[in-house]
Amino acid sequence: MAGFALSLAKPESQRSSTSSLIYDPKVRGIFYQILTVALVALFVWTVTQNTIHNLEKANIASGFGFLEGRAGFDIAQTLVPYSSDSTYGRALLVGLLNTLQVAFFGIITASIIGFVVGIARLSKNWLIARLAQVYVEIFRNIPPLLVILFWYKGVIAVLPQARDSIALPLASYLNNRGLFFPKALWGNGAWMVGVALVVAIVASIVIFRWARARQARTGQQFRSGWTAIGLIIGLPALTFLALGSPISFDYPVAGRFNLTGGSTVGPEFISLFLALSFYTASFIAEIVRGGIMAVAKGQTEAASALGLRPGVTTRLVIIPQAMRIIIPPLTSQFLNLTKNSSLAVAVGFADVVAVGGTMLNQTGQAVEIVALWLVIYLSLSVTTAMFMNWFNAKMALVER
Amino acid sequence: MALTDFSYVRQEMAPPKPAPASEVGVIHWLRANLFASVKDTILTLAAIALLAYTLPGIIQWLFIDASWTGVDRKACATISQGGILPDGQSGACWAFVSAKFEQFIFGRYPSDLYWRPLLVMAMFVVLLIPMLMPKAPYKGWNALALFIILPFVSFFLLGGGLGLEPVETQLWGGLMVTLILSFFGITVSLPFGILLALGRRSNMPVIKMLCVLFIEIIRGIPLITVLFMASVMLPLFLPDGWTFDKLLRALIGVSLFSSAYMAEVIRGGLQAMPKGQFEGADSLGLSYWQKMRLVILPQAIKLVIPGIVNTFIGLFKDTSLVYIIGMFDLLGIVTLNQSDANWSTPVTPITGYVFAGFVFWIFCFAMSRYSLFMERHLDTGHKR
Repeated sequence: MAGFALSLAKPESQRSSTSSLIYDPKVRGIFYQILTVALVALFVWTVTQNTIHNLEKANIASGFGFLEGRAGFDIAQTLVPYSSDSTYGRALLVGLLNTLQVAFFGIITASIIGFVVGIARLSKNWLIARLAQVYVEIFRNIPPLLVILFWYKGVIAVLPQARDSIALPLASYLNNRGLFFPKALWGNGAWMVGVALVVAIVASIVIFRWARARQARTGQQFRSGWTAIGLIIGLPALTFLALGSPISFDYPVAGRFNLTGGSTVGPEFISLFLALSFYTASFIAEIVRGGIMAVAKGQTEAASALGLRPGVTTRLVIIPQAMRIIIPPLTSQFLNLTKNSSLAVAVGFADVVAVGGTMLNQTGQAVEIVALWLVIYLSLSVTTAMFMNWFNAKMALVER
Repeated sequence: MALTDFSYVRQEMAPPKPAPASEVGVIHWLRANLFASVKDTILTLAAIALLAYTLPGIIQWLFIDASWTGVDRKACATISQGGILPDGQSGACWAFVSAKFEQFIFGRYPSDLYWRPLLVMAMFVVLLIPMLMPKAPYKGWNALALFIILPFVSFFLLGGGLGLEPVETQLWGGLMVTLILSFFGITVSLPFGILLALGRRSNMPVIKMLCVLFIEIIRGIPLITVLFMASVMLPLFLPDGWTFDKLLRALIGVSLFSSAYMAEVIRGGLQAMPKGQFEGADSLGLSYWQKMRLVILPQAIKLVIPGIVNTFIGLFKDTSLVYIIGMFDLLGIVTLNQSDANWSTPVTPITGYVFAGFVFWIFCFAMSRYSLFMERHLDTGHKR
């Protein structure tokens, strides 16, 4: 206390004396920062020196030149042409595309299950709400890796052999080598159907804008939703029929030891996809429930006072406000799913981490491969975050 | 006077009539909760159908058709698979779990030394229970014993040294490793996360930048890559002759990872603090660390207890990933034992995973319930 009083008494002399420099928060701050920079630099320098030394000792070349080398390993499921003669760079691309593929399908399925379960948890129907709760409590509290292995080694591995495949509807088969289903072979002019779909989507967007502008101007509503659905389904279907149904199917046929023809989804993909979807859905369900519950009750009451029916209230009043709360945590769940897809390595699905791991074992270039992982995952995160921030800004409450 | 003589003025209250039968009891509850409308009725019937379709099968598989005793795969395999069960019967193989139970808990730890992990477990429970009870006294000493002394004591007890027979960490496994990893991760990530969160809100640009960089990089990548980094890169970073134990590498990886997540949770709490609290502490003449320790952090942490426990639960689940870098935690040892030829039957893997899932579930569920309890207990500010 004495020192405190003293400094109050003669502040000028305190500030000017050199001994007070060490009490100046600014000077201290600069000192601490210089110290931190020095320590970090020392740490990085030591680590770099050690790494260079260790790499030299192990005779491992550095640099990204190895990406041009022949990979020499096979990948079961690829989206782009790939063989063991392709380069490491190509293998990594295949892995990245596989990651994106499982993340894409996982996100869609997880969102659908998550929204359904989240809304079910709020149901007034006791049984439905309890069932949804049991689902959430089970999947939220079990490691995703366990769920993946459960599907892979517990369920799919003990399915019948290819000879005794389980026949599913639509000429599909399920056995311990995965799901076999007919492959669509597009005939001449089939690309027109795709063009029609794009045209229909663009037209629907234009109609939405026009309808909104018209409603703002005149108050008249337009059934833009139904029109859009009609366009998006109808236009490609009409084109398809007009071209004379240019499609044929390659059906899987049961051979002696395996099914041939058609398309296959391997057990790795199925187990990863199912596990990630179910696991993430339980978190999305909780987010959806929280978001809907966070919309004030007064909003529902005000909507009823305006004479809106319950369905319309949900659609036009509750959901838009709940979405604002739901979207930011939903983004991080999507990112989590994408990152969790790296668990693929446990079942041997060739995602970017599994491919990188194989490359690491073959070439020993740990630093470069880890750097590639970092760059890939960080850019995925940044891209998703940017998209979601844009979406969030669009949905955000416009206030004065 | 005379007014009281009016005989038709009722002196007592009429007894209340019982509520209509449709408004009380089971019938009313069923009506209100299950059959309120046509849509509800359909949903209820669909749910009952779903349960009737799945539950009997599950119960049959888990309990009725399950094999409870046996010494090898014969107990769980059907006749055509070389066992004793009638063909077509499929049930859980609990005999597998009970035969391998010690391995699932201790890994390949020498069985004559089981008293060591058991002693550690007992000390852990004895120290943890008073720590979890809000009313128990001596919290400071308790925390010191649990978070600082116990890890060292258990390290020597489990690993040997100081006169005890050494046991390599290679042999540790099972639930023991899961618990060690998550306890160590929790103990390290909370203080580390607090420091990172404070660093991120610091007004020293260099410190802030370093913290942001660390947090965002770690949060942007999957734990698997962090573990790969810890297991492949750490040996490269070290000078000649230095080696790191595999378990220690996993511990470092897991703790770094959860610290970054913890930092973001704590930052949420710090941001929710009103500015007046900072200014109030400043006006009392408190130093930065006094301000944080006595005023800001106790309030901020209280706000984010659910988030902290969620991070703990996530960490507990994430420890299962060490299986991928070749360590045998609970999930790893269950998976390893499925390839034991003595026990390989079609139902062995699924039984093992049901068991492991159940153990993980119990721990995570208990943590989430405890967090709910603490939330209610600490929710002193908003009661009216």
